[in-house]
Amino acid sequence: MHRFANPARFLRTARWLTPALLLAGGVVAGPALTWGLWRAPADWLQGETVRILYIHVPAAWLGMLGWVGIAAASFAEIVWRHPLAGIAARAIAVPGAVFCALCLATGSLWGRPAWGTWWVWDGRLTSMLVLLFLYFGYIALARVAAEAGGGGGRVAAVFGLVGAVNIPIIHYSVLWWHTLHQPPSLTPALLLGAKSPMAPAFLWPLLASALGFTLLFGGVVLMRMRALLAEAQAEARLRRQAFEDAA
Amino acid sequence: MHDTLAQWPFVIATYALGMGGTAALVAQSWWAMRGAERRRDQARGQ
Repeated sequence: MHRFANPARFLRTARWLTPALLLAGGVVAGPALTWGLWRAPADWLQGETVRILYIHVPAAWLGMLGWVGIAAASFAEIVWRHPLAGIAARAIAVPGAVFCALCLATGSLWGRPAWGTWWVWDGRLTSMLVLLFLYFGYIALARVAAEAGGGGGRVAAVFGLVGAVNIPIIHYSVLWWHTLHQPPSLTPALLLGAKSPMAPAFLWPLLASALGFTLLFGGVVLMRMRALLAEAQAEARLRRQAFEDAA
Repeated sequence: MHDTLAQWPFVIATYALGMGGTAALVAQSWWAMRGAERRRDQARGQ
């Protein structure tokens, strides 16, 4: 990670990695969604609405992953003062907020036919809504800090770290409180070979869809980092030129 | 499960929202990156 803290080295890597991630994301997500929409079976209880899973779960995963990324980058910004860490955190914020909002909207579209209601104030839905507001707060703080300059970025970084408390709350909310929302189907134990409570006919298109959206998310974050870096470089150049003209 | 509701409109709306939102995010990020890099290159050329 320290190796990529150099902006020039980062740009050299990002130039080829950005289109590669976007292309791979499209190649994986497109067929995965087609699989989920047309080839995967309907559920015996939920019927066709189970297909919402292949959009809703990747959106939830990326909404949460985004904040984990903000917290990790904020930690690196505070502890090691990496020049790219603050830029990475700012670049993650908008896509993270978009996927968090998509998770809430698609969950609402699933809740209406499944539960008979668009919204219920239970632990999972409420903690996810709190995450969306945390994203809004972070975006506003980071923007103000970028416009003001100075040490404002550290305030946003501390906010990013403190906000990470909400991530385990979201994950365990369905276990801690009585809720309409089902318990987690994808858990870290699955990566260690544990058996998923989900049938393979649903699990594989879901994993493929989550992978495709994650690759697209990576491509979007790289594009936004490149944009923020280019803006900073252009501004520094123009300032230096104005200083030289005045001297 | 509320069987009285037609299910496909909810599924279609979800896919339209998910795919449309992702495509809009990718497109907006692409244009923002291209615009910023063009401005940087112009600043370097001045």
